Amino acid sequence: MSDKRHDPAEPGKKGVSRREFATKAGVTAVGACYAAAFGYPIFRYLASPARTYAEMAAITEVPIPREKVPGPGSALMFRFGTRPTMLIHHEDGSMVCFDAVCTHLGCTVQFQPEEKRIHCACHGGTYDMNTGKNIAGPPPKPLTPYQVEVTDEQILIKRA
Amino acid sequence: MGTTVLDWLDERLGLKDIVAFAKKKTVPDHKYSFWYYWGGISLFFFIVQVVSGILLLMYYQPGPNAYDSVRQITYEVDFGWLIRSAHSWSANLMILALFIHMFSVFFMKAYRRPREFGWWSGLTLLGLTMVFGFSGYLLPMDELAYFATKVGLELPKTLPGVGAVITELVQGGPEIGSTTIQRFFSLHVVILPLLYIPILALHLWLVQKHGNAIPESEAAKPESERRSIPFFPNFLTKDLAMWLIALNVLAIMASMFPWQLGPQADSLAPAPEGIHPEWYFMSQFQALKVLGEVFTGKLAIVGEYLGIGGFTLGGILWALIPFYDHDSKNGRRARNATYIGLAALVGLMVLTIWGYVGVS
Repeated sequence: MSDKRHDPAEPGKKGVSRREFATKAGVTAVGACYAAAFGYPIFRYLASPARTYAEMAAITEVPIPREKVPGPGSALMFRFGTRPTMLIHHEDGSMVCFDAVCTHLGCTVQFQPEEKRIHCACHGGTYDMNTGKNIAGPPPKPLTPYQVEVTDEQILIKRA
Repeated sequence: MGTTVLDWLDERLGLKDIVAFAKKKTVPDHKYSFWYYWGGISLFFFIVQVVSGILLLMYYQPGPNAYDSVRQITYEVDFGWLIRSAHSWSANLMILALFIHMFSVFFMKAYRRPREFGWWSGLTLLGLTMVFGFSGYLLPMDELAYFATKVGLELPKTLPGVGAVITELVQGGPEIGSTTIQRFFSLHVVILPLLYIPILALHLWLVQKHGNAIPESEAAKPESERRSIPFFPNFLTKDLAMWLIALNVLAIMASMFPWQLGPQADSLAPAPEGIHPEWYFMSQFQALKVLGEVFTGKLAIVGEYLGIGGFTLGGILWALIPFYDHDSKNGRRARNATYIGLAALVGLMVLTIWGYVGVS
């Protein structure tokens, strides 16, 4: 870069004068201001739904009325904020709840009572139906569990 | 680093050839040069239309949810009001710039040989822009949009025989409804851009091919006395400065006077008092209104024919002006063409202002 520096001792040498530098810097600064003034509203405009979803996702519990609870040996799919979530009612009457998004590549998993497992059809990931632990296939992590509080009127699902 | 990348690209894309060509190209410089910028300003607003239109497409829903989606854009989505306002304002500013461009081209007699196709492609673009405006106006489906479209679609009905069929085809049924929105939407975002962009490319190519026309006062000077500036960087810098001014005007208008959304259209509600079309259709609206006052009762249809026929014929003659005033040698025809231009300009302005005075 040294050849670009202006040297008054060598007037013939190619370089950037102070005036030229100031003009370029000024144009760049004004350009950056314009880009920000137009870029910011456009970014916020496009990001608007993300904010709405973030508000939806910020909830901490979801009540499920008793009558919606599935019979023993089946599962209920519902949304916890924006996430697909699975409430499993086991044959022995116990209830567990997991985030129903496969930890491998994000497909929605399914409860398979006859196989006694939670299964992801996309790449054959398998999870334990009682703990949500990843037991076979590509998933790297267990399914995130939720707390299940059973009362007479409802089932309350809370972040664990 | 920057130079290396530029060299790498230049070797493959021939960028320096474009710059060398742009430097060789010159633009005439004289006291009427100001009017050369209006085509570029129109192009700038068109680019804004494309960008803001694409952004609106991220939320707009044609069909039964049209009004609700525009309400959401205007009141719920962050800066949605600004994007919508910029789209509406730049549409209006674009049409204004196009009219200024058209009249300056007319008075500079830039339609003469060999620039006839520049004139015709430009008029086609103006016509398409007005259809863009008309079709876009319905999309929010508020009260004003509904009635403006209803009145606009009544006009083809006066065409004997085929008129009613055309209206029903455009409308997608006997009344304006969600099918109409769907059709206007596909017209607005697919069909019109498909027609527009190749004609715009032809128009720009022709400007490049024939260069800027010079007014007669310049042409009368000997070649040595005529001045010109290089297109690159001199004219381009001025052009970009004009774009910056246009951008600032647009930003001020869009943010200080945000475009409003009226109540939702209701086909059972009466038309609001003082309803009128956008300003660029005001002259036609006023002409029909005046003729409607002269020709009443059974003669009303005569008035409508006169109005619509008059504007159609005027438009055709306007397009044919290069055949009447085709070279600079004919002084009488050149003068007459200027008078025709003045009459058209004054006529449109008087009718438009009269229309607004009548409404208020």
